[in-house]
Parts: sequence; structure tokens; C-alpha cells
Amino acid sequence: MAEKVLMKGNEALAESALRAGCRFFFGYPITPQTELAAYMSKRMPKIGGTYLQAESEIAAINMVYGAASAGARAMTSSSSPGISLKGEGISYMAGSDLPGVIINVQRGGPGLGGIQPSQSDYWQATRATGHGDFFMPVLAPSTVQEMADCVYRAFDLADEYRTPVMVLADGMLGQMMEPVVLPEPKESLPEKPWATTGHKGKRAHNIVNSLYLTADALEKLNIERFKRYEVIREKEQRSESFMLDDAEIVVVAFGASSRVARSAVVAAREEGIKVGLLRPITLWPFPTKAIEGALSHAKAFLSVEMNMGQMVDDVRLAVNGRAAVDFYGRTGGVIPTPEEVLSAIKDSAKRGGVL
Amino acid sequence: MAETTYPDRKIVLAGFGGQGVLFAGKVIAYTGLIGNREVSWLPSYGPEMRGGTANCSVSLASDPIGSPLITAPDVLIAMNQPSLDKFIDAVVPGGLIIADSTLVQNIPERSDVTVKAIPAADIAEKAGLKGLGNIVLVGALFAADPFCDPEVLTAAIEKCVPARKAAMLDKNKQALSLGIEA
Repeated sequence: MAEKVLMKGNEALAESALRAGCRFFFGYPITPQTELAAYMSKRMPKIGGTYLQAESEIAAINMVYGAASAGARAMTSSSSPGISLKGEGISYMAGSDLPGVIINVQRGGPGLGGIQPSQSDYWQATRATGHGDFFMPVLAPSTVQEMADCVYRAFDLADEYRTPVMVLADGMLGQMMEPVVLPEPKESLPEKPWATTGHKGKRAHNIVNSLYLTADALEKLNIERFKRYEVIREKEQRSESFMLDDAEIVVVAFGASSRVARSAVVAAREEGIKVGLLRPITLWPFPTKAIEGALSHAKAFLSVEMNMGQMVDDVRLAVNGRAAVDFYGRTGGVIPTPEEVLSAIKDSAKRGGVL
Repeated sequence: MAETTYPDRKIVLAGFGGQGVLFAGKVIAYTGLIGNREVSWLPSYGPEMRGGTANCSVSLASDPIGSPLITAPDVLIAMNQPSLDKFIDAVVPGGLIIADSTLVQNIPERSDVTVKAIPAADIAEKAGLKGLGNIVLVGALFAADPFCDPEVLTAAIEKCVPARKAAMLDKNKQALSLGIEA
């Protein structure tokens, strides 16, 4: 087995991206993701890649657009306010079917907000990062190991489905250190016959573009793209179950808050409450199949988030009135404690008639 | 390397920014990595580190770690008065507090925890190890509550001192010994 090392989440994201074949990184500093860019600035030149600190977040995402058009594995990273600025470019990438990876190490918002960990960009990531009819896969790591695994997977998903992919982390995961086994460096990357790499007069030229002035043509493209989204929904849902088999109360939580929830679930089990944790790893596509599976024994769902209640919408849509859906969250950069979540579990259990 | 035979620990280290609480926490975290335990190290970050108190949460466990943010530590290492005041009530009954008495003059009464106060910064400075009070405190913790094999602790120090600062390695080891003897 490869060596286990102790690394910050932000550094694991960076190193794993390099191992996934990322050779172009464009960024702009912002807490709490700065270690990622700093790591890239040190390592990228040594492996023949390009690290560039852009003049703004908007410039950085458009550089990703450019590098991706030329067929390279490219990435940008930021934290919440910076991701808002990148929204336009991400929409353009989706509209041009360009692969690329965007990292959001979330902090509290709205506005400049704070710099402490948050999950308040769930809606932004899964609903409307930019304008227009589009989705993109969103992966939510909950450990430093998963930071490495998710970014590695993100590049493959991006190339396979020709779509931008977001890794939605948060300040806690970015800043903390945990043991991690890094993935092996990729030896070969997928061919990209669509890339604008110069045709040398030997083939018709490729075009990367998101402008379609004929409504019918644009509608056709969007419908085709949504067929691809259906394939992603069918094939790429990922989640983890913890003590879920007989759970009457199902806590749903991702990323940092799932770790707090896990501690609370263990404590609640010790008190005899039949509770489990369903942890979405893909936020889009949302793991509706896992929710469906839990519905056979669940009396109530409890969404635990570091925001005012965003993912709970997806839980409600998936549950579709067949069980109670509750929410517990802290916001503004406050991390909930296991004790608070335990108390929310008990409240749900009482309402669900389990306790 | 070593098999885990040590109980789980939730350790909070706190002090002024620049006193080396994050580094001391990193040394403890590395003992977990080397000892093949579950480990997490979570620092405070941002403006609170600049002039205010810096702190970090280090968990050593046999099972996967839930929340890495420690709200009820088994062990508190306090390097200044505001840090002690901030965290003392959070320490679990039966827990351990290691305080640097060079800067912590006033330890509030708590009969349900063990308090070990040593002038770590002074001890380090007198031995020509200025700035290594943090490692003296790690040594003091190890003496009061052996949380890993002694050779694992040495190996952790070796991992944490970067190669370009090799000269600091012996000094760190010396600081560790002073803490263990203190």
C-alpha cells in the first residue's frame, strides 16, 4: 500500500489534482482555501505545469475555459464569494461542454460573510452556479482522504461527461490535517478529439462555443445535454450509510456537518434510539436511490447542515411526503456540536413517534 | 510500527499566535499517524491567530473520528492566561490540564481535574532553547499521561522538524526531555 501521510485538506486537494493529471491551475487568493493555491505554486512549476495567479476570480475561471478548450486538465479553486464571481464562467463552460474542476472551500455568507467553515453554498452549487439550463456534478468530501479521492474522481467525471465538476468542501476540511493515502499518478488521460488543438489542415476545425442565436438549435442542444444529465443521475449517485439498516430516524448530512452528525448518531444509539446516517457524497446528482432505500424503515428524516436549511429541500423532494423531514443547522461559520445534533435527533424521534 | 494500546485522547492546545501551539499539536498528531491510529488536527485560523489566541484540536482514536472540533477535551495544554480561562470549563471531569506557569499565573479552582503547572517557557529559555516551551509542554503531557510509545514520540519530532532546519532537531528532543523530567 502507498504511504500514509498527514496532510491538510487543502494540500490533499492540490496534490491529488496533480496526480489526476491537472497541469493548469488558475486561482486568486482567498481564505480558507489559500493553502491549495500555495501548494500548487510550489509544485506545478516542478512538474512542467502552469500555476498562474490571475488578476481576479473571473479571469481565473476564463483561463480554465481556455485550457480546457485546448484539451488540458485544468482547475481553479476559491471560497464562497470568489465562486460567485466564477459563476458566469462556469455557465459558459457548461454551455460549451467543457470539462474542468472547480473547488469551493466554503465560508460563511452572504456577501463577504466570514471566514469560518460553512455549507451555505449548497443551493448555489446544485441549483444555479451560473445562469441558464444546466447542472454539474458536485462532490462533497467529508475527510481529508475524501478530499484527495473526490478531486481525483472529479477530473474523470468531467472528461467522461464533458462538464464542469465542483468539489464542495468547507473551511474545516480545508484547514484540518488527517492521514491520507494519495492516489497513484495517472499514466494516461482520455483522448479529446473535440479539443481546439490546431488541425494543421488535416481535419475540419473544432469549435468551442456557447453562443447559439437560433432558438431551435439551442433547445436541441439543451435537450441533448439533459439526456446526458439523466445518465449521470442514473449512474453517478454516491452516498455512504452508517448504522442505517434498521434506522427509524435517518440523519442526512454531508461534509463537515456529517462528521458531527456521525458522533451524534453514535451517542443516540447508545441511548437506544434507532438512528442512522445517510451521507451524500454526490450532492448533484442527489442520492435519491439511497433515500428511497431508507424509506422502507424510516419514520423521519433529519437534515443537518451548516446553513439555514438548503439540502433539506432535496431530502423533501426525494421523500416526497412519505415521511416527516426535519432540519437542524447552524450558520454564519458556526460548527454544530454533537450534543446539539443529538438533541435535534431526540426532537425528531419524538415527533416521529419513535421516542 | 507500534500497535495501539493507548486510550483515545481529545487534546486542545491553546496560546498566543507564535507560541507554537499548532506545531506542538502537529507533533502529537504525528504520533497517531506513526502509531497507526485515527488522527485529526484542526487549527483555528484567520484573525483570531493574529495577536489573539491560537488553538488547535488534536484527536487520537481507535475508531474513525467524528467531529474534529473538540468541545470537551480530555487534555488542555494552555500556554497563556486567556487560553486557560477560555477552555478550563470545557475540560471533562477527570481530565488533565497542563499549563505554562510562566504566563499562566492564575489557575481557577477545579477539584475534578488534574492540573500540572510548569514554567515551560522559562525552562526552555534557561536551557538555551528559547521558543521551545511548546515542546517542553508536550514532554510534560507525555510524563503525566503517556499517550504513545516513547520511540513513537521521538519519531514524531523527527517528522515534524523539516530537513532544512535539521539543527533544530536536537533542540526539540532536548526540550522534550526537559518536559518529561519537569
